[in-house]
Amino acid sequence: MQLSRDDLLNAYKRMRLIREFEDALHEEFSAGNIPGFVHLYAGEEASGVGVCMHLDDRDAIASTHRGHGHCIAKGCDERAMMSEIYGRADGLCGGKGGSMHIADLSKGMMGANGIVGGGPPLICGAALSAKQRKTGGVAVAFVGDGASNQGTTFESYNLAKVWNLPAIFVVEDNGYAEATASAWSVSGSQAKRAAGFDIPAIEVDGHDFFAVWEAAREAIERAREGGGPTLIHCRLNRYYGHFEGDAVTYKAPGEVEKVKAEKDCLMLFRQRVTEAGLLDAEALDQADREAKARIDQCLSEAKAAPAPTEAALLTDVYTSAY
Amino acid sequence: MPKKSYRQAINEALRQEMERDERVIIMGEDIAGGMGAPGEDDAWGGPLGITKGLMTQFGRERVLDTPITESGFIGAAVGAAATGLRPVAELMFVDFMGVCFDQIFNQAAKFKYMFGGKAVTPLTIRTMYGAGFRAASQHSQCLYPLFTHIPGLKVALPSNAYEAKGLLIQAIRDDDPVMFFEHKAMYDDEWEVPDEPYAIPFGEAAVTREGDDVTIVAFGRMVNMANEAADNLAKQGVSCTVVDPRTTSPLDRDTILETAEETGRVVVVDEAHPRCNMATDVAALVGQEIFGALKAPVRMVTAPHCPVPFSPALEDLYIPNAAKIEAAVHEVMSGVHARAAE
Repeated sequence: MQLSRDDLLNAYKRMRLIREFEDALHEEFSAGNIPGFVHLYAGEEASGVGVCMHLDDRDAIASTHRGHGHCIAKGCDERAMMSEIYGRADGLCGGKGGSMHIADLSKGMMGANGIVGGGPPLICGAALSAKQRKTGGVAVAFVGDGASNQGTTFESYNLAKVWNLPAIFVVEDNGYAEATASAWSVSGSQAKRAAGFDIPAIEVDGHDFFAVWEAAREAIERAREGGGPTLIHCRLNRYYGHFEGDAVTYKAPGEVEKVKAEKDCLMLFRQRVTEAGLLDAEALDQADREAKARIDQCLSEAKAAPAPTEAALLTDVYTSAY
Repeated sequence: MPKKSYRQAINEALRQEMERDERVIIMGEDIAGGMGAPGEDDAWGGPLGITKGLMTQFGRERVLDTPITESGFIGAAVGAAATGLRPVAELMFVDFMGVCFDQIFNQAAKFKYMFGGKAVTPLTIRTMYGAGFRAASQHSQCLYPLFTHIPGLKVALPSNAYEAKGLLIQAIRDDDPVMFFEHKAMYDDEWEVPDEPYAIPFGEAAVTREGDDVTIVAFGRMVNMANEAADNLAKQGVSCTVVDPRTTSPLDRDTILETAEETGRVVVVDEAHPRCNMATDVAALVGQEIFGALKAPVRMVTAPHCPVPFSPALEDLYIPNAAKIEAAVHEVMSGVHARAAE
């Protein structure tokens, strides 16, 4: 399977849209315009997009605290996402979920998750469901290096292997679980952990879209063919704090700037496709302008959208009358 | 009508729903048993034989043995429910909620609300509860109040085999996550149970005795203790109404309040610990809604505020029984405690 020119342009557009979305939220949060907790995905775009390029609506993903990028990569509507993050009535979840619970099951996006390690068991269930219903679908759990230490994650590795599920575990290791380095908190290695469960593992540079895309292709093909789970360990970096408002005092001075200058996933992508003559700079510049305009539009519309009314407080607790 | 045990009733409900709807699957630790082992297939049918025979009929694709991994498989049941199946997961003892509660109360219970109404999570979790088995502190608790507290969950407490079948069928057909509590001391209790499938709606109490003097509201196995007490009291000239709410969430407030208003005296019986349980919940409901109709303060008969003891001598003291309920009824009848109200 090869990436066509359209695929490449779409991949770039998705990554750029996520970056614009997150950069805009960073500014908006700093200005005091966004309620609650927000965790941004800027810097990690190649992972979510590189994986989700292989997925369609029959496939499920479970996300993390840092879920906006996964949502956009999986095809959630960015305009409704923006309203959700502002707590508006026309938000993707009616303003009842917010950044940490943003979801769209119709797109196979089973939610960002406020619980670290909450997603992997759910993904075992989604994979079981796909297998049982013979949809050909797979399920992907994105977990951070923090969640990689949770028991739920280990239990899910075991269950996915024992039940031979079409499940993929993508460990997005951005080097820090909150303010604690994964170099300290993760014993052994992600790949060796997978080996302990007899699950194949692939280690990739998560800044490199093409490396992620290729690893995901292999893992997802294996899963679709009944070959069981795979773990993908993506090493990458987040550009902002664990949450917005985090002063990031635990990183070395200049650490993020160096990554941005040398390994930014959008920059690497642009270099690769222009040098190979796959896309021209003008097409990419055009995509940049479009992403900026789209996020500006999402922001202004979300800000103008009405808040939910009191009538919404008690709806959707149960399916039936209570 | 044929008599069947609580165990048979549950097995029959599962079998009939699995025959009716292929999306219904069951999973749990040794729910069939014998996985990967050299001996018999369908070796156990659950540790107490509740699901015996289902694997033989439906195969291992729909009757899934799991490793001992409650967070993993309860979470998988939640995820499967959100993506098109109707799983019935067996949490062997409710005491084990400690290793999987997140997947129930933070995930399953909240999907619908957090996701703006767009999720359905038709999940049933069957679980064993209650004292009387000499099973000690970690296999005997009545933790249904903890689940009742959580919006988004429904909680069923069948008090006999008839209710067990009808409430379980309702749970499986329900589009919300349901905690289904089976009292381990009732599995051999027999009751008249129709052969055909039937669903008992949630939030509709059964009135098992009708009387004029005292309303006894009892939960789960305690309904049978309350019936026994009411029958004894009738011989002593005290007539009691016994209300079996059948589900704690939703709770049939109307039946509780109407019957309490008629008698003006209320005893609540709950095998759970005394703080923040169903007894305090009902007492608060009655106190808030029909205070003026009360002739005496509400009395609560519960387990004490201590872990479930192992020694038979101690466990027998721990569990509420008919004698304790009768004593409470005499108290509310005596008027001694009614002075404050007068």
